Amino acid sequence: MSGGHSTYSPQTGIERWFDARMPLPRLIHDSFVSYPVPRNLNYAYTFGGILSLMLVVQIVTGIVLAMHYAAHTGAAFDSVEKIMRDVNSGWLIRYLHANGASMFFIAVYIHIFRGLYYGSYKAPRELLWILGVIIYLLMMATAFMGYVLPWGQMSFWGATVITGFFTAIPLVGEWVQQLLLGGFAVDNPTLNRFFSLHYLLPFMIAGVVVLHVWALHVTGQTNPTGIEVKSKTDTLPFTPYATIKDAFGMVLFLVMFAYFVFYIPNYLGHADNYIPADPLKTPAHIVPEWYFLPFYAILRAITFNIGPIDSKLGGVLAMFGAIAVLFFVPWLDTSKVRSAVYRPWYKLFFWLFAINAVFLGWLGAMPAEGIYIPLMQASTLFYFAFFLIIMPVLGLLEKPRRLPNSITEAVLEKNKASAPLPAASTETTS
Amino acid sequence: MKTFLKALTVAGIAVGTAGAAQAAEYPLVKPVELDWSFAGPFGTYDKGQLQRGLKVYREACAACHGLERVAFRNLQDLGYTDAQVRALAAEYEVEDGPDASGDMFTRPAIPSDTFPSPFANPEAAAAANNGAAPPDLSLIAKARAVTRGFPTFVFDIFTQYAESGPDYIHSLLVGYQDAPEGEEVQPGTYYNPHFIAGTALSMPPPLSEGQVTYDDGAPETLDQYARDISAFLMWAAEPKLEARKQMGFNVMVFLLLFAGLIYLTKRKVWSTVEH
Repeated sequence: MSGGHSTYSPQTGIERWFDARMPLPRLIHDSFVSYPVPRNLNYAYTFGGILSLMLVVQIVTGIVLAMHYAAHTGAAFDSVEKIMRDVNSGWLIRYLHANGASMFFIAVYIHIFRGLYYGSYKAPRELLWILGVIIYLLMMATAFMGYVLPWGQMSFWGATVITGFFTAIPLVGEWVQQLLLGGFAVDNPTLNRFFSLHYLLPFMIAGVVVLHVWALHVTGQTNPTGIEVKSKTDTLPFTPYATIKDAFGMVLFLVMFAYFVFYIPNYLGHADNYIPADPLKTPAHIVPEWYFLPFYAILRAITFNIGPIDSKLGGVLAMFGAIAVLFFVPWLDTSKVRSAVYRPWYKLFFWLFAINAVFLGWLGAMPAEGIYIPLMQASTLFYFAFFLIIMPVLGLLEKPRRLPNSITEAVLEKNKASAPLPAASTETTS
Repeated sequence: MKTFLKALTVAGIAVGTAGAAQAAEYPLVKPVELDWSFAGPFGTYDKGQLQRGLKVYREACAACHGLERVAFRNLQDLGYTDAQVRALAAEYEVEDGPDASGDMFTRPAIPSDTFPSPFANPEAAAAANNGAAPPDLSLIAKARAVTRGFPTFVFDIFTQYAESGPDYIHSLLVGYQDAPEGEEVQPGTYYNPHFIAGTALSMPPPLSEGQVTYDDGAPETLDQYARDISAFLMWAAEPKLEARKQMGFNVMVFLLLFAGLIYLTKRKVWSTVEH
């Protein structure tokens, strides 16, 4: 897409001066003004922009928090409370940051599910998808380490449990765990390195985001029809069309964000994290943040040994496998049709997968006992079956619906169909 | 758009699972939900209630429980004047020093001091209390939350339920009762079906009718004491609650108006293209 000719023509002297030396204005113009986007993008496609906004929010609030935070086991909890009570607007900044992490994950999950629904990972966008999965992994590491920093009970015990996973790895496990902890148990060295890495990783995320956007601008966006852009009538310039639509999506997202920050700021947190960390007192139930719960359920679903693999290692492998499988999605999906819109069976399984993912999240918050264990196992089985069996097999068996010839045709067809009742259709206004 | 809404619902439910994060065994009886003045989008603290709560804290709780994150200067939030705060602080002795000759000394507290804790350290607190140190109360109203369960935790998003802490404290304080027939209670513990971590706790019933004298005519009942101390502890844990909710209203009004303007602009921009 951006392989096309640049339409930028510098108007003023200073623009010409820059263009001849370092064509940054041209880059910005080509990427965010004239960049062509499909005309039929719906609001699910605004989450890329929303995620960029959230990354900025997290970095800005995080830098301010770091000015007041003390990364020491004896001072961390107190410094956070100091921020809440004595720092000017400190409560606002901390609640923005803590809830911002959750909003970031809400947005990224919608973004990922949108990609799965519309087949955005398929050639030639495999690398774009893989870069996205890398960003997601970095986000998880960042969020986990950030949750440790307030040094509450859940911080401490969450860190103990999660770093404990690594001891399951044969031969090097203990060594890896000790490297992560900086000792034999979660303590001051752990807090210090987590703080350091928590500050570093967001900038690595920003770096990979640049690559992600670069890859996107080479292949261009997908769209709800999944048909590639064929002619100029299929697209619109990014500005003003996508800019204004993204802006509307962002503001609506900010309304939800603000609702949590100002009215229920502790809803997404855990009460135990308002108790200072105590290595001698284990909480009744150690649970991770909500956005890790599906993976926590998968981890605990493996309660049996498989040959030489004991249940602990099995659980860890399943949990990491649940993320690793995402890297292979572009090749696991054998369908020639991208979008679920034209794939009735895939559409059905996609929604089952989404429901199952939420159900896994709920199970992740439940104790690993009684009926919950077989439910976790069944749910985990479906999670993997979706990627490893349903995706490849469905692509070969399914008979897709007739595809329109172009995006423009799809748009005109849809509008013609809804023309008799223009007011009733919310689809057309979106 | 429909797809987007579905996705949003999915995310909403996933978000809610955070609320279901604890096992459902204890407490045996869920806390009673009360109407708090600070609940809801326009909630504010009732200053009279906070002042009564402070009195309950000082007369019934402070012998065992610290309040070490609350400074005397913060009590101006409760409606006290600077002079009243200074007089109140001066009733406490705090350790300071070392002085020029290297000795520690005590002096009357000043507004910038925090409430001195009743015990020198957690070990002393535990030793004096049968091995269980009474927790500091500064954050207790945010550090205790009884599992809401499905589907209540989903509704909590829309009802803005954020008072599980004070509800729990109130229920616990009024919830002491004789153990039912056949229920074994460990010596030194007191049966209370509202306790979050078992059937009985080490804290003896701290409040009784008429124990604290109110000078504003409020009823001197166990229930009223429990309500007042719970409200006070919510303030102690979340002193910026009023500022937060007031700013929240302004932010919401701005964002919704802004969203409306952007939506109209978007309509105008897109009105000439079929999409």
